[in-house]
Amino acid sequence: MTAYAAAWRRMFRSQPGDGVPVGVFLAILAIMVIVAIFAPLIAPYDPNTQNLLGRLKPPGTEARGVYYLLGSDELGRDLLSRVIHGARVSLAVAFLSVILSGCVGITLGMLAGYRGGWVEIVVMRLVDIFLSIPAILLAIIMVVVLGPGFLNVVLVLALTRWPRYARIAYGQTLAVSSQPYVRLARAMGAGPIRVLFLHILPNIIAPLAVVATLEFGLMVLFEAGLSFLGLGVQPPMASWGAMLSVGRNYVSSAWWIATFPGLCLFLLVLSVNLIGDRLSAYLNPKSR
Amino acid sequence: MAEPQTLEIRDLSIGVGAHSVVDGVDFSIGRGEIVALVGESGSGKSLTALAIMGLLSGSVHQTGGTATFEGKALNLGDEAAMQKLRGTSLSMIFQEPVASLNPLLSVGAQVAESLVVHGRASATDAWDRAVETLRDVGIPAPEQRARQLPSSLSGGMCQRVMIASALIAAPRLLIADEPTTALDVTIQAQILHLMRRLRDETDTSVLIITHDMGVVASVADRVCVMYGGRIVEQAEVHALFAAPRHPYTKLLLSTIPRMDGPRKTELFSISGVVPDVSAWPEGCRFRTRCPLASNICATRPPLIPVSDAARDHVAACWHSDQVEGLA
Repeated sequence: MTAYAAAWRRMFRSQPGDGVPVGVFLAILAIMVIVAIFAPLIAPYDPNTQNLLGRLKPPGTEARGVYYLLGSDELGRDLLSRVIHGARVSLAVAFLSVILSGCVGITLGMLAGYRGGWVEIVVMRLVDIFLSIPAILLAIIMVVVLGPGFLNVVLVLALTRWPRYARIAYGQTLAVSSQPYVRLARAMGAGPIRVLFLHILPNIIAPLAVVATLEFGLMVLFEAGLSFLGLGVQPPMASWGAMLSVGRNYVSSAWWIATFPGLCLFLLVLSVNLIGDRLSAYLNPKSR
Repeated sequence: MAEPQTLEIRDLSIGVGAHSVVDGVDFSIGRGEIVALVGESGSGKSLTALAIMGLLSGSVHQTGGTATFEGKALNLGDEAAMQKLRGTSLSMIFQEPVASLNPLLSVGAQVAESLVVHGRASATDAWDRAVETLRDVGIPAPEQRARQLPSSLSGGMCQRVMIASALIAAPRLLIADEPTTALDVTIQAQILHLMRRLRDETDTSVLIITHDMGVVASVADRVCVMYGGRIVEQAEVHALFAAPRHPYTKLLLSTIPRMDGPRKTELFSISGVVPDVSAWPEGCRFRTRCPLASNICATRPPLIPVSDAARDHVAACWHSDQVEGLA
């Protein structure tokens, strides 16, 4: 679709004097995505194989024929393999929840902005209610109700975060739907669905993409937070947040268990947020 | 009459909030006829056009009136029915040509829009016809231009692209809202020529909205003059220019600068401004600016034939017989 291609090009047009090129952060993100996708091929060992005689080994030691590059955890599992597999959970949860909440939020927000009337009242008041409750609290309550687990975490995050997209999509749709080109499209007989997704959405996708990137970083942290509290993915599945939670108990004797997943979380959230910042700087003409 | 009018509007009224901005407008457009709707800004001519397309929105709404399209009653408020007609039987072009095109969609796709929307042609077929139509409206190298975004086209070209997008549907009625206002004179002449050709070749009816009397004189068959949300005079174009029978029309025509007049004379203007919607006077709405105004003007004048000989020349003025002596 040419409209979306043009919107995409406009988003990544680079400017001179940007400082650290955004490519560096894109590369970090890309490496993490590749590692996550090919985790079973890259990881040296099975992440769930226990080795009780090789418990809490520091990085760079060998025990019973297993070389622990990043050390081992309290059950003698290879930390490197667990970190690599943990990337899958962090990225998958973040991707899926951003996509799900984005689709729901953008659709509802655009509908509210375009149709007005009772749709607008219902959707936007719902948005206000959701945004007035601290998101992590809402997520914790919903996980407790639905029960923990990978899919439930995605569902809960999507359910708690859609109002962010809805509010922005609503405001942007209000602004764009009074544009003459929307009126012309309607005069050509375009129906509401075509007007919304072909004529309005490409023109408001830029600010929404910025929100989505920032939300992505937040979703990684939310998943880690829920797993840290034992409400996220369940053992023995590896997740950076869950590893942090376990590592906390050993932080004085085996610092590596909490440090490496924490470092990965930090790098991932940092690069995603910087990409988002750069994106919004590109898109905001005032900050050029 | 054997053949039904293409469009017949009876007693159309439009309100904005509590105010009535278009009040009891009656007119009709015959098959292959070009009708001009003239009036100052705020006289309600653009709203009338949008109402015919069923595109009124927000706080602007139709408060009364009926429409008949090619002999069939038309409910202008029925969105589903109107959507079927838009881009097939009805199409419209707007002022602001650049803002009227989607900045992220190739112009070819936008010209093909109505064919694609109504499933009247396959994607490749629609594209080919879009390129053909762009050629028809005088866009050079249409194959290349069709792939470009509106931002790489000039304002005049954007206007022609918009006209192409309206023509490709082969509508029965084309509504053109100030189609030439943003254009320079040579392009203006081409566009008007295009509309006349459209009428001549396909018998399309055209409603052209303008405040430019030059445009009216060069394309229109019949003219409706609007003032304060009402039609004040309606006549065949020559009759209107030769013998206007409403003081507003007469004064409006006097404002046209003449090329053969003496130089250095001050240009004529109608004193005062169009009153705000909330301050429209009772009765005739022009009476606060009218040199002929008298007590009877506080009663609304009906739109009546100016003489028994010219039944289709109607004016809403109690003093239409005195208009000739004005200015």
